[in-house]
Amino acid sequence: MRMLAIALRALRREWRSGELAVLWLSLAVAVAALTGVGFLVDRIGRAVQAQASEILAADARVESAEQLAPELQRQAQALGLRTARVASMLSVVFNGDTSHLADIRAVSEGYPLRGALKIADQPFAPGATTRAIPRPGECWPDSRLAAALGAHVGSALMVGATSLRVSRILITRPDQGSAFVEFAPGLLLNDADLAATQLVQPASRMEYALLVAGDARALRAFHDWFEPRARPGERLASVADASPQIGDAARRAGQFLSLAGLVAVLLCAVAVAMTARSYVARHLDAVALMKTLGASRRLVLGIHVLQLLLLAVAAAAIGASVGWLTQAWLLHALAGLLRADLPPASGLPVVIGFIVAVAMLAGFALPSLLQLTRVPALRVLRRDVDAPPLRLWLAFAPAALAVLGVIHGTLGQWQLSLWFAAGFAAAAGALALCGWLLVLAAGRIRRSTGVALRHGLANLSRRRGGSVAQIVAFGLGVMLLLVLTILRRDLLHDWRTSLPAGAPNYFFVNIPTEQRDDFAAALRAAGARPERLLPMVRGRLLTINGAPIDKGASRGRMAEREQNLTWSAELGDDNLITAGHWWRPEDSGRPLVSIASEFQESLGLKLGDRLGFDVAGEHFDVTVASFRKVKWDSFRPNFFIMFPPGLLDGTAGSYMTSALYQPRGPGALTELVRRFPSVSIFNIGDLLAQVRSVIDKAVTAVQSVFAFTLLAGLTVLLAAVQASGDERRYETAIMRVLGAARALLVRSALVEFAALGLLAGVLAASGAALGGWLLARQLDLHYRFDALLWFGGVLGTIGVVALAGWLATRPALNQPPRTILY
Amino acid sequence: MDRDIVLKAEQVTRQVSSPDGVLTIVRNVNLEVRARESVAIVGPSGAGKSTLLALLAGLDTPSSGRIWLAGEELSALDEDGRARVRAAHVGFVFQSFHLVPALTAIENVMLPLELRGEHNARERAAGMLARVGLGARAGHYPRQLSGGEQQRVAMARASVGQPSVLFADEPTGNLDSSTGERIIELLFELNVAAQTTLVLVTHDRELAGRCGRVLTMDGGALA
Repeated sequence: MRMLAIALRALRREWRSGELAVLWLSLAVAVAALTGVGFLVDRIGRAVQAQASEILAADARVESAEQLAPELQRQAQALGLRTARVASMLSVVFNGDTSHLADIRAVSEGYPLRGALKIADQPFAPGATTRAIPRPGECWPDSRLAAALGAHVGSALMVGATSLRVSRILITRPDQGSAFVEFAPGLLLNDADLAATQLVQPASRMEYALLVAGDARALRAFHDWFEPRARPGERLASVADASPQIGDAARRAGQFLSLAGLVAVLLCAVAVAMTARSYVARHLDAVALMKTLGASRRLVLGIHVLQLLLLAVAAAAIGASVGWLTQAWLLHALAGLLRADLPPASGLPVVIGFIVAVAMLAGFALPSLLQLTRVPALRVLRRDVDAPPLRLWLAFAPAALAVLGVIHGTLGQWQLSLWFAAGFAAAAGALALCGWLLVLAAGRIRRSTGVALRHGLANLSRRRGGSVAQIVAFGLGVMLLLVLTILRRDLLHDWRTSLPAGAPNYFFVNIPTEQRDDFAAALRAAGARPERLLPMVRGRLLTINGAPIDKGASRGRMAEREQNLTWSAELGDDNLITAGHWWRPEDSGRPLVSIASEFQESLGLKLGDRLGFDVAGEHFDVTVASFRKVKWDSFRPNFFIMFPPGLLDGTAGSYMTSALYQPRGPGALTELVRRFPSVSIFNIGDLLAQVRSVIDKAVTAVQSVFAFTLLAGLTVLLAAVQASGDERRYETAIMRVLGAARALLVRSALVEFAALGLLAGVLAASGAALGGWLLARQLDLHYRFDALLWFGGVLGTIGVVALAGWLATRPALNQPPRTILY
Repeated sequence: MDRDIVLKAEQVTRQVSSPDGVLTIVRNVNLEVRARESVAIVGPSGAGKSTLLALLAGLDTPSSGRIWLAGEELSALDEDGRARVRAAHVGFVFQSFHLVPALTAIENVMLPLELRGEHNARERAAGMLARVGLGARAGHYPRQLSGGEQQRVAMARASVGQPSVLFADEPTGNLDSSTGERIIELLFELNVAAQTTLVLVTHDRELAGRCGRVLTMDGGALA
């Protein structure tokens, strides 16, 4: 109790005297960054995911060619998920004598669960969103079907055995998808009318889907419930399957945002470490005095630990509040990005904030505090008597543990966390070593320079330990910021170039082999830029290394679907071989296969595995020769499974391609279809717009979070100002007594800090270039060295550190030497 | 041991290692100080006066020999044990005052009482500050006080716990002569009033002359 009372009093007194402000601020900003950014990252991540969900019209959907058991829907509803049903089939629709093949979709109330339908009274009109679905007895043909049938609002269409009135024209639906089976124009009807159409017959090719949406926990529970009960042919599709492009954007945005949050926290950790160091230096005399007055080591340690614990509580409370307010403000600023039904803020960030504040103090301040308790009382008489130096493990182990804990808490993956922590430690070690050498060198050149420069450089080399510590702190801070800047730039660049204005917007499928050259020529004549033409054949994977695929297991999910297969001698520049080798001339006709990484991961394949395929009734046994990373967002023809030329050439197939195509008026497409009637044309312009919208929002989020990280960088600056302020007050006073002019002292401080900034900046900018390159590889980004950023980083560091030095020196210059020396 | 003896040193030697070999700073010192006695230790710079003071107060440990303070053998205690003895029996006045800069004058005076867990610390500290003539400056920080005022706060802090022994290391060393004189007056006034034992180290012959006994130190040994 006595200890707590003394600690409380000491805290109140030190707080009042401003001693603890920077330490407290660093902690509070760290907590604010972690709660604010962490919270925002979480919510924005989910928002991006949610946007991506629109492509499924749900968070997940169970699909099957067989009618789904009603139990599935009951279970989903019991778990609190919203549900809707879709049944679709291909059938011919009649408008009087005119007929057209259509993709008929019977949907239940609530469809779509994510995204919205757009309808209009005219085909190809802009359309307005609606929450409704066609009423029983009505139908909504899409623009293409309405145009092809010459139907308009009020027309009666014959769908199977029943007649349905056209009440609206469907402009878009969110789940138009990018699967190439959906190339027929569409017709939406109420599922109450499905039975009356009599289209559902034992022989008809149906696709049934149960759409589910709700919070993540319920979705997981549904997934866990479903997996062991899945019947053959039933599969649970999630966002990543629906659109690899959006999955990529969401994943990278999530990783970047987490990284940005982590960098903010690590910057604050650097600030805490710096302030803790100066906190201890300031308390050496006071502790020696307390011991002289009879305080035991236990009491000294207890008082300071309690004091810092109280500080952590206060910092966590304020930091978490600021974090909450910040994310609330950011969410407001990003209005429209987030859906309304995201779960509200929980109290968890406050708890996490407190844990982080305590962990950072324990990691960075506790070792110094332990050292503080070992200050001999004799210091009151002999100022040269210091505490014995810390044991090396004690100085670094708690800090390393704290950093690792914070990194793991943010990134959530041990491997990535260890890599990041190792990189952080290596950077700190390299900075310390290079800093040491550079400080030594600075000491040597000072002999041949002017007074201000000599005094500045002398300070730098005399306070060698302190200078190296500051180089490490500033260097780490700047390096983290620069790495993040590089990644942000690469990320934005990659996103923007991944969807350039010239990205293909049309896919052309089912191009007969004999017509492929004519078709390509026709496209070019129409002003389009066709991409590569690839053959396409449907096939099913049956065995892996001779063993049939276990359909119940999750690895069977990708395998049990019919796959599109292709063959080609050329590897496009949007494909990268990650293992094995691409086809050599002698591989032509050999039983080999190249597999995309998604497929490889899903099936757990390795090089040399033997896969058995059924292609058009013929069995092929092939060996896995390579794995490829496919850049799906190139929107060029790409396949999970590629064979060498000469192996499948005999199987009946067709060709496909994509192109950037702006039809000259509505007649141009009609003309193309008339000339090549079997070719299916698939417009992905809407999908592209959706992907662009996701990316734009992710960019906004990334920019906002980056601003937060910059704020954290400011705490490092404040910490540096405070850390160096004390030690130079006394020296400045003495110099002034000896007659040094104010301008000389300012110049000398500027020289010292600019030199410090130069050393830290060069090391940090070079380290950041290396770190950015390494991380870009991890995040699949294209790294480019940016000389401007390198110089900008160095100059920026010099400027900021010199500013810190000036701020630290100014109070000493403005204070009469008498008040400092006496 | 004679109950009247509050401080006793027996064959006390303090050696330190230096680049030139082992240095003996205090050599075979024997000393007895009785209660309420005032003792001045004088001698040239580097004679070992401050080191002897640190040893007698338990701030440092002798390389050999034994020291007793208020009946407890300091040389047999660990650091915390010596801190306990100091808390109960010792007051300090330093040449450079050693006030805690983050604490106001009254809080500096309260510090020893708070460390001992005493309840009426503020009232007693306020009374003590008033006695040294600084009642009106209780809320001021050390940086807002002159050198003489800071030393008066330090003396109030040293006396507030009613120690049996008051150690003073060059208490006037940082002050001009007239301020120094006023501080000396105050020191002896407080010493007499509280009936404490005073052991001080000084260069100041006049200050030494006011003590009951003057010990001269040279080359680490008492002359």
